[in-house]
Amino acid sequence: MQISELSPLLKLLPEMIVASLGLVLLMVDAFVKRKEVVAGLALAGALAAFFSLKFGDFGVVFGGMFISDGYSVFFKLIFFINLILSIMISGRYLKDENSLHGEYYCLLVFSTLGMMVMASAGNLITLYLGLELMALSTYVLAGFVRHDTKSTEAAVKYFLTGGFSTALLLYGISLLYGVTGSMDLRTIAAYIAQHGVSGNPMALLSLVLLSCAFAFKIAAVPFHMWVPDVYEGAPTPVTAFMSIGPKAAGFAVLGRVFLYALSNMSVEWSLILSVLSILTMCVGNVMALVQTNIKRMLAYSSVAHAGYALIGIVAATPEGLSATMNYLFIYTFMNIGAFSVVLMLHTKDFKALEISDYAGLGKTHPILGAAMLVFMFSLTGIPPMAGFIGKFYVFMSAVRSGYLWLAILAVIFSVISAFFYLRVVMYMYMKEPQRPGMELTSSHAIGAALAVCATFVLLIGVMPERFVEFAKAAVKMLYFQ
Amino acid sequence: MINTVCPIEQSCVLTTAILLPVLAAAALMLINRERHTTIKWIALAASIGNLIAVVPLFTNFDKTSARMQFVEQYRWIEAWHINYCVGVDGISVLFVLLSAIIATLCVLVSWNSVKDKVKEFYIAILFIEGAMIGVFAALDMFLFYMFWEAMLIPMYLLIGVWGGPNRLYAAVKFFLYTLTGSVLMLLGVVAIYIVTGTFDMVRLMNTQLPFNLQMLLFWAFFAAFAVKVPMFPVHTWLPDAHTEAPAAGSVILAAILIKMGAYGFLRFSLPMFPDASQAMAPAMVVLSVIAIIYGGIICLSQKDLKRLIAYSSVSHMGFVTLGIFSLNMQGMEGGILQMINHGVITGALFLCVGMVYERSHTREIADYGGLASVMPIFSAFFMVFTFASIGLPGTNGFVGEFLIILGGFTANKTAGILAATGVIIGAVYMLCLYQQVFYTGVNEKIAGLCDITLREIVTLLPLLILVFWIGFYPGAFTGFMDATVASLLVKLKGGEMHALNTLIQAVVR
Repeated sequence: MQISELSPLLKLLPEMIVASLGLVLLMVDAFVKRKEVVAGLALAGALAAFFSLKFGDFGVVFGGMFISDGYSVFFKLIFFINLILSIMISGRYLKDENSLHGEYYCLLVFSTLGMMVMASAGNLITLYLGLELMALSTYVLAGFVRHDTKSTEAAVKYFLTGGFSTALLLYGISLLYGVTGSMDLRTIAAYIAQHGVSGNPMALLSLVLLSCAFAFKIAAVPFHMWVPDVYEGAPTPVTAFMSIGPKAAGFAVLGRVFLYALSNMSVEWSLILSVLSILTMCVGNVMALVQTNIKRMLAYSSVAHAGYALIGIVAATPEGLSATMNYLFIYTFMNIGAFSVVLMLHTKDFKALEISDYAGLGKTHPILGAAMLVFMFSLTGIPPMAGFIGKFYVFMSAVRSGYLWLAILAVIFSVISAFFYLRVVMYMYMKEPQRPGMELTSSHAIGAALAVCATFVLLIGVMPERFVEFAKAAVKMLYFQ
Repeated sequence: MINTVCPIEQSCVLTTAILLPVLAAAALMLINRERHTTIKWIALAASIGNLIAVVPLFTNFDKTSARMQFVEQYRWIEAWHINYCVGVDGISVLFVLLSAIIATLCVLVSWNSVKDKVKEFYIAILFIEGAMIGVFAALDMFLFYMFWEAMLIPMYLLIGVWGGPNRLYAAVKFFLYTLTGSVLMLLGVVAIYIVTGTFDMVRLMNTQLPFNLQMLLFWAFFAAFAVKVPMFPVHTWLPDAHTEAPAAGSVILAAILIKMGAYGFLRFSLPMFPDASQAMAPAMVVLSVIAIIYGGIICLSQKDLKRLIAYSSVSHMGFVTLGIFSLNMQGMEGGILQMINHGVITGALFLCVGMVYERSHTREIADYGGLASVMPIFSAFFMVFTFASIGLPGTNGFVGEFLIILGGFTANKTAGILAATGVIIGAVYMLCLYQQVFYTGVNEKIAGLCDITLREIVTLLPLLILVFWIGFYPGAFTGFMDATVASLLVKLKGGEMHALNTLIQAVVR
C-alpha cells in the first residue's frame, strides 16, 4: 500500500461522489415535482459510488485523519448495498404514507456518508464527525412519517438515547486523550505499546465508555432499550436501513479502534465484549420469542445478531474480524430481504404488521412465501442458506481463539432463535389465510431488491469461497501494522 | 489438492443421484400448480430415474475392498480446505440404494392421498431425496453437515404442512430436538478442523486424536446422533413426529432419517474416536438395552396405530445401536443389516398404515377389527411385514436380530439376554396389534372399505421382495459390508483381532 503519486483526492473518490450526490439531490429536489426522479437519481448516484470503489486508491490523507484501505472499502461496500437496496424498497411505502419527499433520499445518502467516514476514520475526531453525521440523519429518518405519532415518538427516543451515547463517546475520547495525549489512532497505539496502560484506571474507564458508546450503535444489550420501540415506530424502509448501516458502521469502528488502536488492551476489552455478546444473544433471542409484531420480532432478532457478530471481535484475531465482517455482509442481504417482504405486505388499508397476518402467505403468494422462508432459515443459520456460513465462520474463529464456551452458548441461542423464525414459516405455510385475497404492494424496484437478496443468500450459502476470501483480504489490507 | 481418497477416475454416479432429484424439484417449481397430474408424473419419473442411476452402485461395487468407491472430489471452499467429496464404502452403499427406493415408494403412496399443495409436496420429497443421498455419500465433514441440516427444512415442512391434527407441535419439536443435537456436532466439526486442519473424512479416519479430545468429540457427535437414532432418553420427538407426519413423511423418517444417527456412529464415532468409543461402549450398550425394553413395553399400551409402530422403532433402533457398540463382527454387521431391515419393514408398515388411513381416516386401533375379511390382500401384506418385524425365521428381521443378539452375547451376556427378551415383547405387541386390527368381528366403522389397488400393490411389492431376499439370502447384502466392517474392527481393536474375525466370519457363513 504505497502512497501513490496521484492526487490524494483519489483516495476520497467514493466519499466525494456520495457527498456531491447528497448536495445535488437537495438542489434537484427543490426544482422537480416528481419525486421519483430524485429516487432514480439517488439510485444512479449510489450505483456510481458503488462502482467507484474499484477505482479508489488506498492510502492515508489529511495527516492521518482519513484512511482508505481494504478494510474501509469492505464496509463501504456493505453501506452501498444497504443504501441501494434501501432506496429500492422505499418508494412505494413513502407514497402510500403520503411522505414521499426528496429529503428522504438526501438523508439516506448523508447518513451513508457518515458511516463511510466512520469506517475510514484514522482519528477519533474524524470518527466522531462521521458518527454524528450518520446519527443525526438517521434521527430525522426515523421520524420521517410526520403525521404518524409512533414515528415521531421513535425519532425522539432515538435522538435522546443516541445523544446520551454520543456523550459517553466524547467522554471516553477525552479520557483516552488525557492518557495518551493524542487523538490519532496510530499514535495512541504506539503510546500504549511503549508505555503500557495496564492498571491505569483512566484508560480502563475510557475503554468502558467507548465500549458503551459503540454498544449503543450496534444495539448490544444492555444498550438496546431503544431498539424495539424505534424499529417498530420508524417507517419500515428506514428500519431496514438502520438495522444494518449504523450497526455495520459501529462494528467498523469497533474493529479499528479496539483491534488495532487498543490492541494491547485486548484482555480487558475481550472480557467486556464477551459479556456483552452473551447478554446480547440471550436477551435478543429470548425477547424475540414473545413478540407478536413482526417489526419488533425483527428488532430483537437484530439485537441477537449483533451478539453473534460480536463473537468475532471477542476472538481478537484477524480471522475473527473477517468473520464478523463476513457475518455483517451476509446479514445485510438476509435482513433487507426479510424487511422487503414485510414492506410488500404493507398496503394502504392494511399494515399487516402482526405475525398472524402472515397466515397462508405460502398459499396465496407462493414466491413471496418461499423468499421469506429462505430469509427466515438463513437468519436461523440453517444450511444451505448464507446465514449458516456467517455463523460457521464466527464460531470457527471463536473456537480457534479458545472461546469454546462462548461458541457453545451461541449455538444454544441459535436453537432458541429457530423457534421464533420458524413461527413465521409456520404461519405462512401451516395456517390457512385469514383474509381473502391478501393484497400486496408491489413495484419493480422492491421486487428486484427481493430477488437480489434471495439470490445472494442462496449464492453465498452454496458458494461462499469468494465472499470469505474477500473478507479475509480486506482484513489483510487493513492499514495499520 | 491431491486426491487423498482413492485415485481412480472420477465417477459421476453419486453426484447424479444427489443432483437429479434437486434439479427435478427445481423444474417442478416452474410448472403451473394446477397441473397435478403432470407434477406427479415428473416426480415419479425423477425418482425412478434416480433409482436407475444408482443401480451401478449395486452391480459395480467391489465387495472385496474396504476403500471408498465411486469417489468424486472437486475443490469447493479453499479458504477452509473444504472439498466437494463424495463416495461410498460397504457401510454407506446400501443406504444410498435404500434411500432411492424409499423415495420412489413415497411418491407412489402419496399419489392420491395428498390433495393440498401438491406441487410443494413433491418438491419437498425430491429435496429430501437429494439430501438423504448426500448425507450417506458425503466424505467431507462440512458437506456432510450441509446435507444433514438442509434435510431439516423440507422435513419440517412435510410434517407441519401435510401432517395430522397435532402437526404444528410435532414439527417444531422435531426441528428443535434435531437442531440442538446438530449444532453441538457442528462445534465438534469445527474443533476437529482446528486441531487437524482438514474436513476430509477419509483422512480423519486415519488420524489418531488425543484421548481427551476424542472423549469431548464423542459426546459432541453423540448429541446429534443420539437424537436422530433416537436413543433413550432423547427419543420423545419421535412418536410425535412419526404419528403426525403424512404417510410419506413417516416412511422417510422411519426408513431413512433415523438411520442417519446410527450411520453417524459408524462413520464418525467409531473410526475417528476409536478409543473414546471403546471406553464409552458399555454406556451405549446400557442405553440401547433400555431403549429395547422400554420402547417395547410402551408399545404394549398404545392405542394409536402409528404411535405403536413409532415406539417399536425406538425398540428396534435399540437393537441397532446395541449391535454397533458390541464392537464385534456379528454385532456390527447385524446392526447395519438391521438398519436396512428396519427401513424396509417399518417403511412398509407405515406405508400400509397410510393406505388404510386414506380409506378409514382413523388411526385408533379400537376403530378397526376384522380387516382381514374386508381387505384380504392388504391383510396378507401386513402379516408378512408383522412377522418380519417380530423376526420370524425366513424374514429379514430374523437375520438382523439374530446377528445382533449373537454379537451382544459375545460382548456382554446380560445385554444379550435382555435384548432377547426384547424380541419376545416385540412379538407380543405386534401380534396383539395384528389380532385387534385384522381379526375379531368386523368393526362397522371400517366395513366396506375397498382393498388395495394395483398402484398400492406395486408400492409394497419391492419391500416384500426385500423381506424375503434378505431373509433367505443375507449374504447378498452382508457381502457388501464384510470388508469395510472388518477393517473398521481392525482399527478399533488392533491387528491381532483381524485373524480372529476372519475366522468368525467364515463360521458365520
